[in-house]
Amino acid sequence: MAWRDAKASRVRLLLFMSSIILGIAAVVSIQLFSSNLTDNIQRQSKALMGADYIIDSRQTLTDRAQAIVDSLQPDASEVNFVSMVAFPKNNGTKLVKVRGIKGSFPFYGKIDTQPTSAADNYQESGGALVDATLLLQFNIQPGDSIKIGELTLPIAGALKAIPGTTAISSSVAPPVIIPERLVKETELLQFGSRKEYQFFFKASDTLDLKRFEEKIDPMLDAEDADLDTHTSTSQRLGQRYENVGRFLYLAAFIALLLGCIGISSSVHIYIKEKLKSIAVLKCMGASRTQSFLIFLIQIAGIGIAGGFIGSLIGIGLQGLFPYILQSFLPFDIEFSISPQPIFIGLFLGLFMSILFALLPLLSTWYVSPLEVLRVNEQAKQGPKKMRFIVFFAIILFLFLFSFWMLEDAIYALGFVGSTLITFSILAGIAKGSMKLIKTYFPKSWGFTTRQSLLNLFRPNNQTLVLVVSIGLGTFLISTLYFTKDILLAKTQVEQSSEDANIIILDVQSDQREALKQNLINRDLPIISSIPLVTMRMHKIKDRLVKDIEQDSTAQINGWILNPEFRTTYRDTLIDSESIIKGEWIPELQSEDSIKISISENIAEDAKVDVGDTIVFNVQGVLMETTIGSIRKVDWGQIQLNFSIVFPKGVLEDAPQFNVVTTAVPDEATSAELQQSLVSEFPNVSIIDLRQVYTILEDILSKISWVINFMAFFSILTGIIVLIGSVRTSKYQRIKESVLLRTLGATNKQILKISALEYVFLGLLGSFVGILLAIISSLALAVFVFKEPFVPSLIPFIVFLPGITLLVLGIGLSNIQRVLSSSPLEVLRREG
Amino acid sequence: MPKILKIAGLTKTYSSGRKELTVLQDISFEVEKGQSFSIVGPSGSGKTTLLGLCAGLDNPDSGQVELCGQDLNALNEDERAQLRNKEVGFIFQNFQLLPTLTALENVSVPLELQGSKNATKKSMALLEKVGLAKRSDHYPSQLSGGEQQRVALARAFANAPSILFADEPTGNLDEETGEKVIKLLFDLNQEAGTTLVIISHDLDLANRTQQILRLKGGQVLTNERIKV
Repeated sequence: MAWRDAKASRVRLLLFMSSIILGIAAVVSIQLFSSNLTDNIQRQSKALMGADYIIDSRQTLTDRAQAIVDSLQPDASEVNFVSMVAFPKNNGTKLVKVRGIKGSFPFYGKIDTQPTSAADNYQESGGALVDATLLLQFNIQPGDSIKIGELTLPIAGALKAIPGTTAISSSVAPPVIIPERLVKETELLQFGSRKEYQFFFKASDTLDLKRFEEKIDPMLDAEDADLDTHTSTSQRLGQRYENVGRFLYLAAFIALLLGCIGISSSVHIYIKEKLKSIAVLKCMGASRTQSFLIFLIQIAGIGIAGGFIGSLIGIGLQGLFPYILQSFLPFDIEFSISPQPIFIGLFLGLFMSILFALLPLLSTWYVSPLEVLRVNEQAKQGPKKMRFIVFFAIILFLFLFSFWMLEDAIYALGFVGSTLITFSILAGIAKGSMKLIKTYFPKSWGFTTRQSLLNLFRPNNQTLVLVVSIGLGTFLISTLYFTKDILLAKTQVEQSSEDANIIILDVQSDQREALKQNLINRDLPIISSIPLVTMRMHKIKDRLVKDIEQDSTAQINGWILNPEFRTTYRDTLIDSESIIKGEWIPELQSEDSIKISISENIAEDAKVDVGDTIVFNVQGVLMETTIGSIRKVDWGQIQLNFSIVFPKGVLEDAPQFNVVTTAVPDEATSAELQQSLVSEFPNVSIIDLRQVYTILEDILSKISWVINFMAFFSILTGIIVLIGSVRTSKYQRIKESVLLRTLGATNKQILKISALEYVFLGLLGSFVGILLAIISSLALAVFVFKEPFVPSLIPFIVFLPGITLLVLGIGLSNIQRVLSSSPLEVLRREG
Repeated sequence: MPKILKIAGLTKTYSSGRKELTVLQDISFEVEKGQSFSIVGPSGSGKTTLLGLCAGLDNPDSGQVELCGQDLNALNEDERAQLRNKEVGFIFQNFQLLPTLTALENVSVPLELQGSKNATKKSMALLEKVGLAKRSDHYPSQLSGGEQQRVALARAFANAPSILFADEPTGNLDEETGEKVIKLLFDLNQEAGTTLVIISHDLDLANRTQQILRLKGGQVLTNERIKV
């Protein structure tokens, strides 16, 4: 019976199915992609790192650390640093990451070069492997030369890939690989230079890397060095992509949820139309269970078929993700199809269809055989208790599914809560506007206008479903748009000519004046000249840092104890800072103790407050200081911010280097300045902020591409739900339209009635969606990005009319078909 | 007497899959203005199809329909709709009221479509005539079958039609209610001077009209005048 009944309604049922198909396709494709990603990371973990384990340090190894490294016998090593390089062929200059490698690193995976032999020969030939994109940018070929500091050497090949590097991470400072033995000749490793030493190891198969790491890592930590194994690195990498995957998963889940709402509303109307048939069946002796099962089996069938087709589409779609995410992935993905996501797709399709169809299905249970004689417009929904149980089951399922994805009960609760709030607001507004129209019904308006307004709240209306689905779709796209705006607003700083756009790093004290003069000669402003003094914490509140490190009960955050802090001294606060506690001391008073200012996060992590003491080790000299003030620092602003600031009159004679900033009007001046500085002061590094902004914009546009892709699913599902709802309402309204035409209504009048209804629904849904997006974006701006938020008008100018027109188009296209059918045919069919 | 409806050589065929079914074959007859006319015949004889073609609800495959002096074949759908709105009234076996409108709103529809200014007042007067003034704000689902048909009757006369088509008007009503509706129909017909075309199984009802057209298998069996 279920099959026979379904055959007669197959077009409608197919439409119900299409909304679930899209949702499942989104979930399955992301599930498959995530499981493939994790699988690939695990499989390629050695190749990702290039070694079994690495020991690294941001300073020359201490004697003890060196002893540990020596005892383990490294198979290869590297020293890397950021520096300017020049191409003598065309005087091009660029900030790069120079990697001086010794030995045959990598042991797993390979350095991909053009020509391929360059990776094998550069060590002997003494050439450089230079990032392929960089060569392309500067029109340089292998065989040309590159000048790194005082060293000029031939370019052996174009570097296309090296284990552990992503396209994004290498875009600010592209890599240049040279043999380690040549690093000294560059003369770039001077005092204050930022550098990193890495030692690569190949482990025997019998070595238990986990136990090894547990044993050695704490020893190295104490010496400011660090140990990473390929397993721990791939785990971290896996977790990082898992977070991205989870976000995408949630977006897909919203698409699925939207599909379920589509199912629920379609089933509601479908069942309402079937109530008379059900009553007839009951008159003929069908039991409640039998009549309930007829439709339950149909819905289950739709769920399984939708789940299966959705899974198949999902399998096809997963191939797109690597293309979208390729800049973020440090490796190629090989695809395999695991059965788990397909089972999940089938289960979700079946379970969610039934769950969301249960509320409308309940009416088949409670329909009385008496309905044969008269079908009420309002179908019986079943007792409140039953509806509450179904509603509770839906919420519980949403929570459990979110919890499974997010693995955090609070986040899952937050997700379910915010989903419910968004749905409730949209549903509330839909119901509120229906009530409002009913209360203040404009009785004096023309017939067609009144008729279209009547359709919004009279029986069989689609207001609730359409406002929720249109509103949710618009909410998603608009939130994405506003968020992108907030993030991109950061990059607008460069527009202001007063802001620095060139930062010159690593300027030695004896170079400072000559460099300033160079800028003055070019009529370029010296916006700031900031001294940098490196130091470490020796004692915090009279406790030796070494003792705190040994104390497992210490509340102090571990990261604070080891690093080399880059501090500065000045007598004024800068734009990105404000004092939240204590008093800003501009200059040392002779009789006072040294009162420093620390940032909020240091105060929190070191558990110190105003008045507490910290003893610093300033390159061998111990210096006692007292915390004079705590500052709030806006780290988001692209400028030099400091955790620790000294007053003037303390560090002037300490060994230091400087950061000088200036502003150049155009790219040509920037290139000329960089060429001149690189030849005069080979050790300085220059960052052109405009290039950084371009890269940032590129990264943001890539991220928004990924997000937009997911939003597309939700929107597409929204459109399917829309088509489904409009089509279902078409079945409802076909009789009305035909009757109106029989009574003499022209096509224009019928079209006007429908058009006004859909314009109203489109406008209300999209307007509320945009308003909700403004609220959520404001919350994101204040609490997450900590940025000001001025909503753009684009969603109002583009999305609002665009989505309204889309709704109108879909609505009218269906009505068009109603208008072309013969009134007599419809009247006879509808009885 | 002038003719309000002229039918000549009307043929209608429906296709069902590969099969073709001729529902009406070469039908010709005429109805005089102000006359009461009935079409009778067994189920499947093509009565309802004929009524639909006469009222311009469907197009014939061949033949001509002239309604109120207008050749329906020469009119497009909107022009036919306007003609119906001005000149035609309908009563259906299943009442065919708009479920989302109240009784009063249902009666008003033809007037509203014309843009009539006193639609509500006129409709209320008609509801009073059919004895349903007190149920004017009820929805069709809240009315009995007889009440629904009386609302349909009021709606059919709302635009003061020249011709009224009634398809089995008592088919869904009990004898007593049916009789009341028929009496009302004839009273309103006489009062307004409307031409009445009734389709019915009921020969007693047909015998109360001035002319009877008998159909069988899509063809005219007889077309006779009744002396009342």
